[in-house]
Amino acid sequence: METIYLAIPLSCLVGSIAAGLFGRFLGRVGAHRVTIAGVAISFVLSTVVFVDVMRGNLFNGTVYTWAISGGVPFEIGFLIDELTAMMIVVVTFVSFMVHIYTIGYMQDDPGYQRFFSYIALFTFAMLMLVMSNNFLQLFFGWEAVGLVSYLLIGFWYQRESAIAANLKAFLVNRVGDFGFLLGIAAILYVFGSLDYATVFEAAPGAASATVADTETLWITVICLLLFLGAMGKSAQVPLHVWLPDSMEGPTPISALIHAATMVTAGIFMVARMSPLFEFSDTALNVVLVIGSLTAFFMALIGLVQNDIKRVVAYSTLSQLGYMTVALGASAYAAGIFHLGTHAFFKALLFLAAGSVIIALHHQQDMRYMGGLKRVMPITWVTAIIGTLALIGFPGFSGFFSKDAIIEAVHYSEQPAAGFAYVALTLGTLITAFYSWRLIFLTFHGKPRMSEHDFEHAKESPWVVTLPLILLAIPSVVIGWMYVQPLLFGDFFGDSIKVLPEHDTLAKIGAHYDHGGSVAWQMLTHGLTALPVILTLVGTALAYFMYIQRPDLPGKIASTFSGLYRVLMNKYGFDEFNEFVFARGARKIGSFFWRKGDESVIDGFMVNGTARVVGWFSSVVRHIQTGYVYHYAFAMIIGLFVFMTWFLSS
Amino acid sequence: MDSYLLSIVIWLPIIGGVVVLSTGSDDRAPLARQLSLVFSIAAFLISLLLYTGFDTTTAQMQFTEKAAWVSAFNIYYHVGVDGISMPLIILTTFLTVIVVIAGWEVIQEKTAQYMAAFLLMEGFMVGVFSSLDAVLFYVFWEGMLIPMFLIIGVWGGPNRIYATIKFFLYTLLGSLLMLVAFLYLYHQSNSFNILEYQDLPIGITAQKLLFIAFFAAFAVKVPMFPVHTWLPDAHVEAPTGGSVILAAIMLKMGGYGFLRFSLPILPDASRELAIFVIVLSLIAIVYIALVALVQDDMKKLIAYSSIAHMGFVTLGFFIFSEQGIEGGLVQMISHGFISGALFLCVGVLYDRVHSRKIESYGGVVNTMPVFAAFMMLFAMANAGLPGTSGFVGEFLVILAAFKVNIWYAVLAGTTLVFGAAYTLWMYKRVIFGDVANDDVKELKDISPREIVFLSLLAAMVLVMGIWPYPFLEVMHASVEQLVAQATANKI
Repeated sequence: METIYLAIPLSCLVGSIAAGLFGRFLGRVGAHRVTIAGVAISFVLSTVVFVDVMRGNLFNGTVYTWAISGGVPFEIGFLIDELTAMMIVVVTFVSFMVHIYTIGYMQDDPGYQRFFSYIALFTFAMLMLVMSNNFLQLFFGWEAVGLVSYLLIGFWYQRESAIAANLKAFLVNRVGDFGFLLGIAAILYVFGSLDYATVFEAAPGAASATVADTETLWITVICLLLFLGAMGKSAQVPLHVWLPDSMEGPTPISALIHAATMVTAGIFMVARMSPLFEFSDTALNVVLVIGSLTAFFMALIGLVQNDIKRVVAYSTLSQLGYMTVALGASAYAAGIFHLGTHAFFKALLFLAAGSVIIALHHQQDMRYMGGLKRVMPITWVTAIIGTLALIGFPGFSGFFSKDAIIEAVHYSEQPAAGFAYVALTLGTLITAFYSWRLIFLTFHGKPRMSEHDFEHAKESPWVVTLPLILLAIPSVVIGWMYVQPLLFGDFFGDSIKVLPEHDTLAKIGAHYDHGGSVAWQMLTHGLTALPVILTLVGTALAYFMYIQRPDLPGKIASTFSGLYRVLMNKYGFDEFNEFVFARGARKIGSFFWRKGDESVIDGFMVNGTARVVGWFSSVVRHIQTGYVYHYAFAMIIGLFVFMTWFLSS
Repeated sequence: MDSYLLSIVIWLPIIGGVVVLSTGSDDRAPLARQLSLVFSIAAFLISLLLYTGFDTTTAQMQFTEKAAWVSAFNIYYHVGVDGISMPLIILTTFLTVIVVIAGWEVIQEKTAQYMAAFLLMEGFMVGVFSSLDAVLFYVFWEGMLIPMFLIIGVWGGPNRIYATIKFFLYTLLGSLLMLVAFLYLYHQSNSFNILEYQDLPIGITAQKLLFIAFFAAFAVKVPMFPVHTWLPDAHVEAPTGGSVILAAIMLKMGGYGFLRFSLPILPDASRELAIFVIVLSLIAIVYIALVALVQDDMKKLIAYSSIAHMGFVTLGFFIFSEQGIEGGLVQMISHGFISGALFLCVGVLYDRVHSRKIESYGGVVNTMPVFAAFMMLFAMANAGLPGTSGFVGEFLVILAAFKVNIWYAVLAGTTLVFGAAYTLWMYKRVIFGDVANDDVKELKDISPREIVFLSLLAAMVLVMGIWPYPFLEVMHASVEQLVAQATANKI
């Protein structure tokens, strides 16, 4: 088995290196074959491992010792448990789909081989992240996915907007990583080890340790620092600003990296750290608040976006907020479940959006779309399936995962849970509205593009539609299949730890008859609950405003122009960051350079010293007159002073 | 006394330098180049024997040689290495090979003299790292500066005279105080043996004065804030090879000095004045990073970035823990590769466009994709990306700093953001974007010769990032002993 564990990430790495370094020799077909083969092997082996883990075969072991310093070993190793097994299957499956899709999407791009090399490298890094058994490797994977994200957002490096976006993404993520790294340092300090098992085992005992001379719990410090990292990677307010701009990258990576996998790394990380977070109510409440803010306010922005990818991007932000709230409510399993369902339906939505974008020759503005449903039937149907899953339409995968989160928050006794409940419930209405708005503007109504473009629009080739279909299937069925074991069963085993008093999922589970189909009971219960009602209201509103009365949205926007502007400006985060941080840092840097280095140090101290030396020597020069009587006089004076000093002391 | 290995590594390049010098005029430049390459590679390969033959279990000096030099004053030719100096020696011999290859076609005037200067400097620098006699150390220490002055002064840029004088005065002032310190120690012990100084009891006042004297010498070399302003000027005026050696090796002399003299010989003063050093280190990390952000000259930017990265070295050392000191040492070696590589990258562009200004470029990736890929790696390494050598040292130092004081770690940790900001912003403006002007449009991608030296450095950056174990392994015993010495009471 250990060989298989190793082969899962390495087969992707081999593909990446081959396509990256020898892409010119392999050619385009060779490059996509070798990377797709790599990720296909990886996917198959992941399912093998998944099945094996379900049989109870877990693994925790070292691959090699990275370094030893100060007696602490830093290792690279794998932890294969239920959480890992689920993540590797999701990651490799979505990645596999995106690889195939890329053949179609990037077929005319001169950077074809480079693109395949990057996405394979990404898959490798993501797998190393989720398979890690220690904090060091977690950080390695964490930063490595950030690197590939940076490279891919700036893939079209000639576009000024793309290279601004990738720099922004990297730097904002680095702010999160700053916290993450300090969190790791704190863990080493408190626990003396970076190994998950050792740390988690010691966590209950260390839960009451406080920072010297304060009443602050170490565990709270650690969790908040780690969560800062999660906020960067999983784009939580206020570190969310990079994700919408990341849409500058090609659509396949928006699906893979900026929707399905990398951005959920923060969610995964907090779930993995549940044995720590459980002991800090402060941290859990912060998580709840940040998640709710993200879920609600980012969804609102989604209402006014016109770029099809940006709508999906804001939807991703909002859904990441839902997952974060789940973590805060100690419903880690629900968060991870939503991570999984979201990975499928959001990748589907992005790829469907990409399919539309190809058909319209890289037109992304929904104001110039419409009426595409007959031209692109497969894209249309799969996009609707993705939408139904996203809005949590009863029976679709998103329904089960999202409903579980909202219910869990409802049952949570954390102080911030009430706020979170309101935010998430209202969020369902907004989600439904912006999702259907996207569908209606894109596929329904009259075509608003030029006649020429409309005539040339056609359904995408099979390499594009096949992944859509393959992603649509789990978007429908995965909820039915896994809701019972994942949320209420013992699926996650010991990989997720919840204190009994926090166990919101158990409280929900108590309402169900586990002899029968829990999924069915959830469905019937959900039909009369507020979230589903609000979802239907949102759907109806969207239908009314974009199909019945397409003139209405414009009027509403001008009536509430103040609110509309706030949303269009995305609450002004970008302006604030640009003005305060980017410009502020440059201003301070210039000040230090011009005033500190050039004026004070060089001007005053260095050249000043030189001037003083010059002045002194010019003065001394005057004393050396060359007249003997001057020297004699000086000697007598000197002798007199010396003798006075000696005699008096 | 059983081997002359260390002496060979010191003197072979010096002899080589003299031989290369004797080829004389520029019509025999090809011969000078070939000879330099042969000598530098030979020295590098022989220096590897220091690694393969190194005993990692002991903190004792190894490969020692001792012969009377000036018996009247107890001055010896006494050399040896431990786990602290050995890696730095191999770094020196490795980078000299790189510099010789890098100067191959670029230096067309006074080629023999240029190459010879680097070989001589190599010998002196290895001498510094291996001297166990204070006078010998001082001779090498001052000796290595002469070729560097010549390199900047002869092959340098338009403002080279100002830069050379500034460099000279700064270092001279520090060195003279160090000489005074040596004379005091000789007066106390009647010996110039550095190892004996470590056991010499010294009162706290004397320790403090000696510490300040040594500090003056080493802080200038590192360079630490506020005696750093010579470095950007020197780098800007130096030819590429000079910048590489300056950044990669010469800056390490300061850090090495702290470990060889300040910490073990003056432990009480070191501990008492540590806060002073730590504050200056943190200023270097934060203040200098912000200064680096606004530079418009690539070389200046990398020079400032070097100062910020060296802040981690001094911070790590004055925490007095194994992790801190090993982190600082790893940071020194890694910085040797990365800053060397970045200066070479700037050199590659400068050779083609003759400008170091960021604004002269833009969209270089369009015409030089291979070069862009290399520079991406080095830029990321400079930003401390895990998996590259740049991460290892910073990581260990931050871990160690956290244990002493959380706020040290917080301030040091800002490098994650600032380091990425100044490096990647420069990268964006130079490499990414549409072709900015005709110069960029006509750029030729890197030649096989350039690929060779960049690949060698890239390999080291990656190996050290992915598996730093062997680099740290050789240090453990020596660092452990050093920590014991630095935390001992000597009054």
